[in-house]
Amino acid sequence: MVPISHYLMLAAILFAIGVTGIFLNRKNVILLLMCIELMLLAVNFNFIAFSRMLDDVMGQVFVFFILTVAAAEAAIGLAILVVLFRARQSINVEDLDTLRG
Amino acid sequence: METVYLLIVLAPLVAAAIAGLAGKVVGRTGAHTVTILGVGLAFVLSLIVAWDVFITGADVFNGTVYTWAVAGDLAMEIGFLIDPLSAMMMVVVTFVSLMVHVYTIGYMHGDPGYQRFFSYISLFTFAMLMLVMSNNFLQLFFGWEAVGLVSYLLIGFWYKRPTAIFANLKAFLVNRVGDFGFILGISAVLMYTGSLDYYTVFGQAEGMQSETINIWGDAQWSLLTVACILLFIGAMGKSAQVPLHVWLPDSMEGPTPISALIHAATMVTAGIFMVARMSPLFEYSTAALSFVLVIGATTAFFMGLLGLVQNDIKRVVAYSTLSQLGYMTVALGASAYAAGVFHLMTHAFFKALLFLAAGSVIIGMHHVQDMRRMGGLRRYMPITYWTCLIGSLALIGFPGMSGYFSKDALIEAVHAAELPGAGYAYWCVLLGVFVTALYTFRMFFMVFHGPERFDDETRSHLHESPWVVTVPLVLLAIPSVVIGWLTIGPLLFGGAFGDAIFVLPENDTLATVAGYFTSPAGFVAHGFMTPALYLAGAGVLVAWFLYIRRPELPERIQDRLEPVHRVLVAKYYFDDVNEKVLAAGSRFLGGALWRGGDQGIIDGVLVNGSARAMGHIAGIVRRAQTGFLHHYAFVMIIGLALLLGWLLLR
Repeated sequence: MVPISHYLMLAAILFAIGVTGIFLNRKNVILLLMCIELMLLAVNFNFIAFSRMLDDVMGQVFVFFILTVAAAEAAIGLAILVVLFRARQSINVEDLDTLRG
Repeated sequence: METVYLLIVLAPLVAAAIAGLAGKVVGRTGAHTVTILGVGLAFVLSLIVAWDVFITGADVFNGTVYTWAVAGDLAMEIGFLIDPLSAMMMVVVTFVSLMVHVYTIGYMHGDPGYQRFFSYISLFTFAMLMLVMSNNFLQLFFGWEAVGLVSYLLIGFWYKRPTAIFANLKAFLVNRVGDFGFILGISAVLMYTGSLDYYTVFGQAEGMQSETINIWGDAQWSLLTVACILLFIGAMGKSAQVPLHVWLPDSMEGPTPISALIHAATMVTAGIFMVARMSPLFEYSTAALSFVLVIGATTAFFMGLLGLVQNDIKRVVAYSTLSQLGYMTVALGASAYAAGVFHLMTHAFFKALLFLAAGSVIIGMHHVQDMRRMGGLRRYMPITYWTCLIGSLALIGFPGMSGYFSKDALIEAVHAAELPGAGYAYWCVLLGVFVTALYTFRMFFMVFHGPERFDDETRSHLHESPWVVTVPLVLLAIPSVVIGWLTIGPLLFGGAFGDAIFVLPENDTLATVAGYFTSPAGFVAHGFMTPALYLAGAGVLVAWFLYIRRPELPERIQDRLEPVHRVLVAKYYFDDVNEKVLAAGSRFLGGALWRGGDQGIIDGVLVNGSARAMGHIAGIVRRAQTGFLHHYAFVMIIGLALLLGWLLLR
């Protein structure tokens, strides 16, 4: 039996990778989306681990919902990216600073 | 009777509304018919009321007809107080107003503003009646302001003349000064008594005497004196007393019927009426009475002097009005309220007569008002000549005429007064008699006697005025002659005013005069033992000598007394001081406040300054908004970490 702390550490590492990816990545918006996805998965890991430990199916139900929403979100995000690329011929993060004050 | 009182007030108002709002529909004839009917009805009903009050001796009516508003304990009401004082005023106001209405048909004939004019004078009659019939301070103030408004509208009746607009603005502003004092006085009364009703206030007058208030620093002022002087400042504005008299001569820019009705006979006497009405208050304040006395005496004498150097026929009569208002005020100050009001009544008749006669002359001369271009008009305008002679004799106090009784009683009362300043006042009114006779007959001789100083063109048009002008002259001449003889006994010494006028026994100067009054004829005989009559005679003689016998003399006197003449022509520099110091000072202050206060502080610092400060701060803070997603995410993470840290560590 793998102790719960291993799961949590894995999830924390995944989450940290996701966050670091967002900060370090200065080029590609697709990478940003992937990092966000990674962070969501880290959270999912936590849910499943605790669900198993507490023997409660609720956490797994949550995970299904999150996966569904994440899939929809990824689809919309990619669609926006396509439109954005058509409009600006670039999906470089450095160029997307229209909201700068 | 309440219906009758309401009808008296409302008839002129309805007529004014019809003539003013539906002037196009009813036309010229309709406008003057409806207003004359309205004022005529008010006059007839006023006569009935006066009969009821004076002859049958009805009780004083004091009732509220309408409650306008109630605020806490304070009720603001419309009510009537019908006692001998108001009954007399009602008759005088409606009679003179009716005469002026008829006269206006002739005077304003062909003026494009015909209906407007009739509407205004009817509205004026309404306002003046509201003022005199009021039983409380609020309605008094309403009437007070309403007559002021109509006066403003009528001085500027010919609104395309710059001088008329200047004059009506001046009248309005000067009256604001007076009205400010007046409303402060009403407030002082209200503060102490908590009521606006006359009788409630008068009942507490004696108690007010011992009250003191603190206005400035540590000095304690008698509340009653302060209230009375403030009220009298209102009267000074309306009744044109020094130094608030400056508007009245300029108000002659208005049409002559207005000068007769508003600026001689009725409105300007509102101040006199008000002080007489407030006699229960003024009686308890010697200081206020003394103030009234000195102001009135100054006005009576010094404004009369100005009449000597005027060449415009209306201005001579205007300065005469100022001087006579001063006489009335002196009587009030000497506690001879009845004499003041009596002079008010006789003056209303003969001064309206003089003004209308002057207007008749002006019609004949085709709107020339300069007396140096008149002369010898006696042959062309006999009715005007004789009525004007009657008016002039009444004004100077010719024995037996109405003005004689009122002025003589008044002078004797001042002689008997023992207030501080009474000696000065006595000399002022006494010398004023000489001055009055001199300027009146100077005008009379310059206009009606002597060589004709106009061209043949004018002479060919010169004829007596139409009947609508001469009939009012004749009708006004009758009371100018007889009213004094008939009413002096009951009004001054018979106690016809009843409780309307209150005089403390120790102030009762008229009682001294009553000591040698037996009958009107006896009073005339007594007049030959007083200096006033001889002074008046001397005034007429001097006028005759200077303007008929030796017409070249006035010029030489003028050259000899050049500095005096200059001061008189400049009207004691009141206008210059007002314009250069007060008006210019106010404008300077206004400009300074506008530039410094409004544009500098409010606009510059508060409005634009806060906007600029906000922009400056935003210019710094905006750098935080990079537009990069990772920066925002980073801030969120930091925030989350801080929040979690706080939750864990607290």
